[in-house]
Amino acid sequence: MKNRLLWPLIALGALLVLNLVFTPSFFTLRMQDGHLYGGLVDVLKNGAPTLLIALGMTLVIATRGIDLSVGAVAAIAGAVTCVHIGGSGSAGTAFAGMALALVLCAVLGLWNGFLVAGLGIQPIIATLVLMTAGRGIAMLVTEGQIVTVNNSAYRQVGAGFVVLPTAILISLLVLGLVALATRKTALGMLIEAVGVNPQASRLAGVRTRTIIWTVYVFAAVCAGIAGLMISSNVSAADANNAGLWIEMDAILAVVIGGTSLAGGRYSLTGTLLGALIIQTLTTTVYTIGVAPEVTLVFKAVVVIAVCLVQAPKARAAFSFRKVAVS
Amino acid sequence: MLKKITTVASVVLLSALTACGSGGGGASTGSSGDTITMGFAQVGAESGWRTANTKSVQDEAKAAGIDLKFSDAQQKQENQIKAIRSYIQQKVSVIAFSPVVETGWDTVLLEAKRANIPVILTDRSIDSDDTSLYKTFLGSDFVEEGRKAGDWMVANATGPTNVVELQGTTGAAPAIDRKKGFEEKIASKPDIKVVASQSGDFTRSGGKQVMEAFLKSQPKIDVVYAHNDDMGLGAIEAIKAAGKVPGKDIKIITVDAVKDGMQALANGEINFIVECNPLLGKQLMDLAKKVVAGEDVPARVVTEEGTFTQEQAKAALPTRQY
Repeated sequence: MKNRLLWPLIALGALLVLNLVFTPSFFTLRMQDGHLYGGLVDVLKNGAPTLLIALGMTLVIATRGIDLSVGAVAAIAGAVTCVHIGGSGSAGTAFAGMALALVLCAVLGLWNGFLVAGLGIQPIIATLVLMTAGRGIAMLVTEGQIVTVNNSAYRQVGAGFVVLPTAILISLLVLGLVALATRKTALGMLIEAVGVNPQASRLAGVRTRTIIWTVYVFAAVCAGIAGLMISSNVSAADANNAGLWIEMDAILAVVIGGTSLAGGRYSLTGTLLGALIIQTLTTTVYTIGVAPEVTLVFKAVVVIAVCLVQAPKARAAFSFRKVAVS
Repeated sequence: MLKKITTVASVVLLSALTACGSGGGGASTGSSGDTITMGFAQVGAESGWRTANTKSVQDEAKAAGIDLKFSDAQQKQENQIKAIRSYIQQKVSVIAFSPVVETGWDTVLLEAKRANIPVILTDRSIDSDDTSLYKTFLGSDFVEEGRKAGDWMVANATGPTNVVELQGTTGAAPAIDRKKGFEEKIASKPDIKVVASQSGDFTRSGGKQVMEAFLKSQPKIDVVYAHNDDMGLGAIEAIKAAGKVPGKDIKIITVDAVKDGMQALANGEINFIVECNPLLGKQLMDLAKKVVAGEDVPARVVTEEGTFTQEQAKAALPTRQY
């Protein structure tokens, strides 16, 4: 277990050191208007939505599934909330809007669960439906416009601070709750069982369908909260761009964290590391000034490197203690 | 059972075919006679500017009695190429589109040319040696917009000035040209330096994230030059979070002049906006009618646009359409 997390940890460390070399001020933290301010804080704040979505994705992937619709669901959550808030500045309206959005996201999760567990459609196809249609729904809600709101309560979710950014606190709270629920009860084992062999676990008395259904609803609600963070961060709902390609980032975070796409064993700590690596990578590009033309190549090289060192063959070659492989 | 299904399928297929046939027939009589069918392949809805542009095209098509077939490419070239191919198959009378990126259009435009469908470029141009691929290009002069921003910078700079640039989508014509025009003008003043330049993808989140990183990595920032309002608005958020005052501690220049941007300009958070007029629907419909009628049109039509200072924004805001 520890060994599996070693390489992601080294990758994250290497990226941070790279930042330190190029911009020595990167690690400087100071208090600004009663909250922490610095490069690391940005990484945490901007990485919070990816982390949250990756958490939901981890459980879905553990059941041998995948959820491509999370980005679209995030866009819908932001759109619904901002349209509900409109010109209002009251905290009550903001909370009502957010509650409405999250309920809607849970319904969308039920839909995904219905397609996968109820109708037995391949998860990649089932969630592709909502990935494509969802963005259309979000556009419909916002009527194709970028909806700007001015609501201080809503701002708190994505741009606010309680010493640390509120967004990362929410994500870490969810991480803690998931860890408790799946590692301190049998739930985690049941999820892994479904991922390893759905038929066998069903015959052994595991309620496979209910579990699959639950993880899709959870993933959608996570995506919804992430969508609120993304839209609250800029006080606007951008149906077209909010959460665009975030499903890819989330899947990547899960994979970097050492969870297999084939289902079964999963690692929440690994997902946390994966999400942090992805965000640090993005921030690094901006701070060390990689030219925009080569940004994607730079990111690709880092991701390939991280994935390669995690491959069993590469790890065996790197391993100094060859006996330890057994 | 299987036989039944195949029968049903073939009936459905046949009726679909006849529907297509009659549709095609309608379009061909249309192009020779009264109604013009226009296929419009939009970039997407990435900013407030773009949605205003979309609305203008849709409204003016209706007003001009042109049958508009509209598609949204979600900022992807392959989607736009697909849309153009489907317009060619539908035999529309004229195709108009705003290219997502500058290159890679020759093949699909050649197909349109062979099908004798005239093409009008709107808002963004393409990079091709073969100018016979399109009839005309209607849109803003992005280099000129960059120059206007640069002029203001040069006129308002006091002493050494560090500029950070928030570029648009990498490879997009407005990003390339607005950068070029700006650099051209500030070259006359060696005091003004662009110390960092990154792509914020024309979005608010992008602008905010890039600006946050700049604020940490750059010891001194005097001016932000954002290639559109939305990135500028994101930068304002980042500057506020850093405990600085946008518009005063760090001056902001943007391009576009959409409503939210104008509001920020009137509030004193942005210092100068170069207008990029999205309301080119009317000009587009006029050009389309001429092109379909076979009249000669100039190869380049520039939309009319100005610039706004904070005072001008306050005056213009109440009557702003977008």
